[in-house]
Amino acid sequence: MALVESQREREEVSSEQLLQDSTKAATAKIAVFQYIVVAVFIFLLSGFWTLQVQNPDYYSEAAERNRIKSTPILAPRGKILDRDGRVIVDNKASYSLLLNRDQLKWEHLPAIADALHLDYNDLAGKVRRMGSRPQIVIKDELTPDDMSWVQSHRDTATYPEMDIINSWRRLYPQDGYAAHVIGYVGEISDAELDLPQFIEYHPGDVIGKDGIEREYDSTLRGVDGERRVLVDSMGRERQVDKPKDAVAGKDLQLTLDLDLQSVAELAMEGKRGAVVALDPRNGQVLAMVSRPTFDPNKFTGRISTKDWKEIVDDPYKPLMNRATQAEFAPGSTFKPFVALAGLESGVIDDQTEFHCPGGASFYGHYFACWRKGGHGNISLHRAITQSCDVYFYNVGNRLGIDRLAHYTQLAGFGGKTGIDLPNERESTMPSTRWKLRTFRQKWYAGETISVAIGQGAVTVSPLELAAALGGLSIGGRWYRPHLLRDAKPVLTRDGHLNPQDVAEVVDGMYGVVNEGGTGHAAALPNIEVCGKTGTAQLVSTEKMKSMHLKNNAWFEAFAPKGAPEIAVVALFESGEEGANAAWIVRDVMKAYFDKKARLAKERTQLTREFHTLTLPWAMPMPAALALGSGLN
Amino acid sequence: MGAPRIARTTDWYLLAITLVICSLGVLQIYSATHATKWEDAWWKQVVFVAGGLILMWVVTQIDYHALLGQVVPMYALSIALLLVTMVVGNKVFGSTRWIRVAGFTLQVSEFVKIVIILLVARFLSDLKAGQKLEWRDLAKLCALVGVPMLLVMKEPDLGTSLTYIPILVCGILMAGLRWKYLLIVAAALLICLPIGYHFLKPYQKDRLASFVDPERDPKGTGFQVIQSRIAVGNGGMWGRGVTQGSQTHLGFLPVPQTDFIFSSFAEEHGFVGVVVALVLYFLLIMQIVQNAQTAGDREGVYICMGIGALVLFHVLVNVGMVVGRMPVAGIPLPLMSSGGSNVLSMFLMLGLVNSVRLRRLVS
Repeated sequence: MALVESQREREEVSSEQLLQDSTKAATAKIAVFQYIVVAVFIFLLSGFWTLQVQNPDYYSEAAERNRIKSTPILAPRGKILDRDGRVIVDNKASYSLLLNRDQLKWEHLPAIADALHLDYNDLAGKVRRMGSRPQIVIKDELTPDDMSWVQSHRDTATYPEMDIINSWRRLYPQDGYAAHVIGYVGEISDAELDLPQFIEYHPGDVIGKDGIEREYDSTLRGVDGERRVLVDSMGRERQVDKPKDAVAGKDLQLTLDLDLQSVAELAMEGKRGAVVALDPRNGQVLAMVSRPTFDPNKFTGRISTKDWKEIVDDPYKPLMNRATQAEFAPGSTFKPFVALAGLESGVIDDQTEFHCPGGASFYGHYFACWRKGGHGNISLHRAITQSCDVYFYNVGNRLGIDRLAHYTQLAGFGGKTGIDLPNERESTMPSTRWKLRTFRQKWYAGETISVAIGQGAVTVSPLELAAALGGLSIGGRWYRPHLLRDAKPVLTRDGHLNPQDVAEVVDGMYGVVNEGGTGHAAALPNIEVCGKTGTAQLVSTEKMKSMHLKNNAWFEAFAPKGAPEIAVVALFESGEEGANAAWIVRDVMKAYFDKKARLAKERTQLTREFHTLTLPWAMPMPAALALGSGLN
Repeated sequence: MGAPRIARTTDWYLLAITLVICSLGVLQIYSATHATKWEDAWWKQVVFVAGGLILMWVVTQIDYHALLGQVVPMYALSIALLLVTMVVGNKVFGSTRWIRVAGFTLQVSEFVKIVIILLVARFLSDLKAGQKLEWRDLAKLCALVGVPMLLVMKEPDLGTSLTYIPILVCGILMAGLRWKYLLIVAAALLICLPIGYHFLKPYQKDRLASFVDPERDPKGTGFQVIQSRIAVGNGGMWGRGVTQGSQTHLGFLPVPQTDFIFSSFAEEHGFVGVVVALVLYFLLIMQIVQNAQTAGDREGVYICMGIGALVLFHVLVNVGMVVGRMPVAGIPLPLMSSGGSNVLSMFLMLGLVNSVRLRRLVS
């Protein structure tokens, strides 16, 4: 209690002095305190300034991320239909698993990967890659086992980051049927994300990778919807906003005819090559087959690394659409175009004769005819039906490469057709300019001789050849081939050819099939088929020998002779001679005309039935009643 | 002439600021607890403020010299009550801070603040005027403040125990300390801090670590810091509006009516509201300091300055925590945070300030 006593003693003594003292001594110290107060408040206000005035957007977005949980509602892709409305590509409802980044914990990933039979490294890589996405789809097509595992482990205590959403799996025809035309879908790649046309796409988006899926991706893909839920800090749903519905992608009707496609697929079974059938009057592609093929169902969503490697490493390149990308020498199928060039330019007429002793020399080189015995004196018609090389050597020699190039380019050689498929390759039609530009070399007249029989530098894809032939068959009007049913025909070139010249070439091609020519295998009863075989030699290299490559067989044909409706080209790789490809074309043509006849028959039957049908209102009353009750 | 003198001499300005701050507090408690199980908290707060006003009036009537004369029994009672709290106190959130008295739960440590203020004022004014503090006095004073501090720290309630320090430091500095002593004390503190760190509870260490780097564990201890900053930033310039703060109402802010009331205030009233509130606090402290300047004697100066320092410390630590510029200490914002003990103890202190003012001309 010393404290109290001493105070009492001193209080009386120094009261006056103390008062003065305290004010004097305290004033300065109180002022210091006031400065400290000012400093503290400036310090605090600056904190609010940075948060509320300088970066309010950052924090309001953070607050929104806190409270809004959104799950995507995936839009189904549009179906792909054939010209009659039959479904080629459909969707199947399935379930996908996604992870919400907000709640994601890295240490959960190994357990999740393990339970869902995913590769942990793939999964971790994916999660890292999609750094910016609020949700990451990690598995499609959940099995019932997966589903029950996820349902029982997605509570707040275990793996709350998991969410199951409805998704759509793309359902393609089996066994790679029409796979190259249709293409396939897959997750967008890093390389694609860098391209300007994919600016609006995000990592993890599924896009068309090839074929129609790629070409018409923007039509087929819908707009994903969104389900937004207000959640509290415990993740409990407080309020469900009206969902933004998904907009389904638009269905796409193709010009393909499944009846023809099926026949062509069957005809090409076990071979390498391609078949293209189109309607020369408008460019509609009726069938397109490429072999070997692949199963696009394996590609939907996430293909396994092993399957992908197997397909990519296949030396015969199953992913390549040979119909638009295989560039080979056309061989003798080129001859009708050379003949047309000769006639149009006037260097020959149908009476012009050349002598074929089984070969001829030009510019110091000997060029053989395929028939060693020769064809004797030969003019245009027989030259085409017999495919006499010497005749065409002479035509080519008279034309010269540039005039030949001029007329064949009119038919589309040396360019692309412009079909609505990605990655079409350009055919090659040599000319002096072409050689100068490509090799910086002069053209030697001797080179023209082999080009005249479709060898040498000239190359063409089955589609390009079909388009060229189709245009020729209807008198020299070339339509752009296309696959979209609703697309208007586009006339790309009109040759303004002399109908007489075209008729003479067509007569020759008629002879190939119907007058004991090289393509008699393609003949159809009652249908005037015109065609031309081609046997194209390959430049042999070591690699080709090791793959046992032989000459490519081509066949091109159109029908009927007077008013062509269909042009078909078949490429049978290593088919040895053109006649081996002729029956493929024959099968497709037969399917076309059989279907046409069947439809015509059905139509007449239908009309007849309609006329003989007794209509209910034409019946007496009781009978109509009886019929009505009978229906019940 | 009691009543008229009161009317003439009461610090009406101080009272007005106090009541405006309390109103903002009640409004914010109403908004933050809207549609929750604490929905009646705003009403309780109104009752406490009313009770506080009565207590304030009572204390104003008492001559502070009389209170200073009773410091020793008051100090003894404080220690006793703190010990009682330890034995029979209510345990809430793992900490024993409250005892039940007549249906109310009282937080003894809040009222001990007043005793500490009086103790420091009494001790320092007992010294000879103009005389600097000696080691002996310093040690004695620190020991006197240290005992209740340690008891509160043991509850554990580090935040409240820390609030005793500004009272002590302010008093010592006001009394005058030799530069040599000051330097030695500062050096000793610097050495002791790392040692003291080891005596912290794990959760307290976590809080310090999250203060330094909230992103270290955003789902755990950093959660409060991060979410409070998001709430403040979400308020922007004009705020989200009363009961419209999503951080406040969806549970992202921990206890938005007590320790984090200023986060929810900042979210709903924006930078403009924050400026208004902080200006009010600034004026409140300056008005308390003004009363220190006009005080009639050294006791009055020590009392007012002690209270000023305490309020400043509360505002600095609480509001600093809200913007992530101070570690999470868990101390309330005076006059705004929901909680009876804090409100009552604040009004008691304001009563003391008034008592000093009332007697400034008498001597």
